[in-house]
Amino acid sequence: MSTTRPIATTRSATGIPTGKLAVWWVIGSEIVIFGGLLASYVMHRLGHPEWAEYASHTNTWFGATNTFVLLTSSLFAVLAHHAAEQGDGKKAAKWLLGTCAGGLVFICVKAVEWTGEIQHGYTITANGFWHFYYTAAGLHGLHVIAGCIIMLIIANDARKGKELHRVELIGIYWHFVDIIWIFLFPLLYIAK
Amino acid sequence: MAEHQDHAGDHGQAFYVKIWAILLVLLILSVLGPIIAPHVAFGFLEAWMITLMTAFGIALVKAYLVAANFMHLNVEKKYISYLLATMLMLMLLFFAGTAPDVMEHKGQNWENVAAAAEVERALEAEGKDPHGEHAEGHDDAAH
Amino acid sequence: MAEAGTAETHGAHAHDAHHEQGFWSKYIFSTDHKMIAMQYMFTGIVMALIGGYMSYAFRMQLAFPGQSVPGYGLVSQGEYNALVTNHGTIMIFWVAMPMLIAAFGNYLIPLMIGADDMVFPRINRLSYQIFLVSALVLIGSLFVPGGGFGGAWTAYPPLSSSAEYSLTPLGSTLWLVAVALEFVAFLLGGINFITTLMNARAPGMKMYDIPMVLWMIVVASVLFMASVGPLIAGAVMLFMDQVVGTGYFDPGRGGDPILWQHLFWFFGHPEVYVVFLPAIGIVAEIICTFSRKKLFNYKLILYTVFATAIISFFVWAHHQFVAGIDPRMANVFTITTLIISIPIAEMIFLYIATLYGGSIRLTTPMLWALAFIAEFMIGGITGIFLGASGSDIYFHDTYFVLAHFHYTFFPIAIIGFLAGITYWFPKMFGRMMNETLGKIHFWGTIAAFNSIFIPLFILGTAGQHRRIYNYQNFPDLADMQGLRVFATTALLVMLAFQAVFLFNFFYSMFKGKPAGKNPWKANTLEWTTTSPPPHGNWAELPNCYRGPYEYSVPGREEDYWPQDVPPDTAPAE
Repeated sequence: MSTTRPIATTRSATGIPTGKLAVWWVIGSEIVIFGGLLASYVMHRLGHPEWAEYASHTNTWFGATNTFVLLTSSLFAVLAHHAAEQGDGKKAAKWLLGTCAGGLVFICVKAVEWTGEIQHGYTITANGFWHFYYTAAGLHGLHVIAGCIIMLIIANDARKGKELHRVELIGIYWHFVDIIWIFLFPLLYIAK
Repeated sequence: MAEHQDHAGDHGQAFYVKIWAILLVLLILSVLGPIIAPHVAFGFLEAWMITLMTAFGIALVKAYLVAANFMHLNVEKKYISYLLATMLMLMLLFFAGTAPDVMEHKGQNWENVAAAAEVERALEAEGKDPHGEHAEGHDDAAH
Repeated sequence: MAEAGTAETHGAHAHDAHHEQGFWSKYIFSTDHKMIAMQYMFTGIVMALIGGYMSYAFRMQLAFPGQSVPGYGLVSQGEYNALVTNHGTIMIFWVAMPMLIAAFGNYLIPLMIGADDMVFPRINRLSYQIFLVSALVLIGSLFVPGGGFGGAWTAYPPLSSSAEYSLTPLGSTLWLVAVALEFVAFLLGGINFITTLMNARAPGMKMYDIPMVLWMIVVASVLFMASVGPLIAGAVMLFMDQVVGTGYFDPGRGGDPILWQHLFWFFGHPEVYVVFLPAIGIVAEIICTFSRKKLFNYKLILYTVFATAIISFFVWAHHQFVAGIDPRMANVFTITTLIISIPIAEMIFLYIATLYGGSIRLTTPMLWALAFIAEFMIGGITGIFLGASGSDIYFHDTYFVLAHFHYTFFPIAIIGFLAGITYWFPKMFGRMMNETLGKIHFWGTIAAFNSIFIPLFILGTAGQHRRIYNYQNFPDLADMQGLRVFATTALLVMLAFQAVFLFNFFYSMFKGKPAGKNPWKANTLEWTTTSPPPHGNWAELPNCYRGPYEYSVPGREEDYWPQDVPPDTAPAE
């Protein structure tokens, strides 16, 4: 797959580099995917007063820990971008690995949290709230895992000083995943 | 709030760490919100309003901080922000068109009997539960 | 404008243009946008034939109920449902979308903007591969135990969410997976299209120099991207209902079946315009070329496109007037639905104004383009009865609806495609199609198409409901069997005429008259390279100097003025 990049990719009639423009469009399409799911959740939540009780069984501290982890990993991602902008691929790769580690911690916390909840009988089929709880967090978790995998590939390239512009692109995606969680946290954990 | 500088390249590491620190303070506030809300509630300002503000108001601020400073939307071309805002507007539109049918369980000449019955059944079942509908003040789940 | 400049030559990657490619890397794993367009097109044609075969089987069942269908066998009730469902799904998601957006988008975007490829060739290839997998999964879903999904292409729960009702536990899940994969494929493709058009235009090509068909394909991609999100979320929810056993769409468990309908139609209505816009964009190119006139008011047409795109997000619940939505919302959606006919009508008027006073050449592509306008008008006008909630209560789910949307989708998916393929065939394969065979195919298809669906309008107004296995069981409808037999006969005639097209297509591909660079004397950039274009499209990428529709410019000897000819020089050739 060693095709040379076409000339089309290097053009930039809008002034935004091609890769970055595409990432913005990806995020645009992700907004409507999560938006559709969360809008459905909110309208059910408002129409079902009994869900408040179901929601009270979520553990805010797990949610808060994960928010902290993701915010910190976002900081690492932007520091990686900062390093990449200065042409320091090795440093960028290190920060990216830090971000990745954040993602990993996030998934581990989720695993512990879900294990406890499932053991207490709060499975995905329990009721409407738990349907949404697992689906929304699960969809978000898939994005975290996908982001981590892509980030490892990019970190490997960045370490050799190649494709440094991609560090920013994965960063933008990662911040977006972070923002989704920023909204999932109050929706699923705080509103009780 | 973050100071606005003209170019992303001007942001040093210290700047990003500062934004991160603000985000953490906001996170702590949003977690503490439901705990302190009952204590500061007075007059028309009820506990649930405070919780709503600390939860979703702060989420909006956090999202703005991340989008503007980490994603560098503040120095990106304007139409990217418009694009993302349009997508959010579409979701509001979807909500506005759908909620009258899904959020409500009855309207003009129609009634969602099954959904209303489920709400009633569940609320009755919860009547025995000590948490009841007043779970708002509880900072922690029972489990 | 930050341009890479005119210094771009092909030298940068000349090696892979002249490099001898093996079969696999040339035809199967190619990253060349033209080859990927071909892959989409041929997959689309195969799927269209499968969808056509399905319609043959269930129309035969309706005309001659209970009799063995030649070439299929006896159609059982379950099979009938599966055939109807998958006919709809295939024709919309695996025929209209890949042929109009993906095939023409892939083929035309880089060529018309003067680029050497899409900006992300490998993502483009990935998009096709996911699409191919989705097509295979869909076809596979017909052969699993329990049979294919039979809950209609809209997949309303509870029929779709619970195997207890659908009786096709595996078929409905595979159907859903196939549709979801197809969405992923088009999201990837759409992002590629949008980014390519925004960033990779030839030096000098300003916003209003972009050929109309590209605007329409890209607006359609944006529409698709902005509307499909909720349905992807809905597909995840439905998948959970089917596989994990959640109750998202079960009111007894705190869910709501109406929610699925909203999620579906929030996508489903913009989807109509997603496929409509590329088709009418193709028509715009053709009528300009063959009436030798400038497109009448380019900017106004563009604004009608934007208006259509925006309003299309406000009309979705007109599909749900009888689903139990609040009548007050039905009023709102009736009004928005009637409003959306205004920009479309405006667009059609502007097309007619383009034709007015032109020197019209009735070639095969021009015939298809004119037929598109005429037939789509019938579809649009019958839509008014359905958009108004009062009359929709009577017409809902009758054959009137069915005939209405076939009068919109057949022009879009089939006529639009045939217009495009007959117009760009010389560019794609370097040879001309046979005009006589093309005209025979045209008149046969158009006459047969109208003969199929006009009887169905009559049946619909008589109250005949859709998705019924055997109308002989309904005393009020049984005596209209003659119309059903007539429609089925017309379908057989129409399918038979497609053989003429297929013969013409493959014969001309190898034995047609060589076309040369620019057989239609058109302006847009794709006609300035050789036919078929080489890998990389041009030896030296062109610059753009003017708009795409400079036909019959006063004071010029030639009646066309290609976009890449520098001003103040003699026209090429």
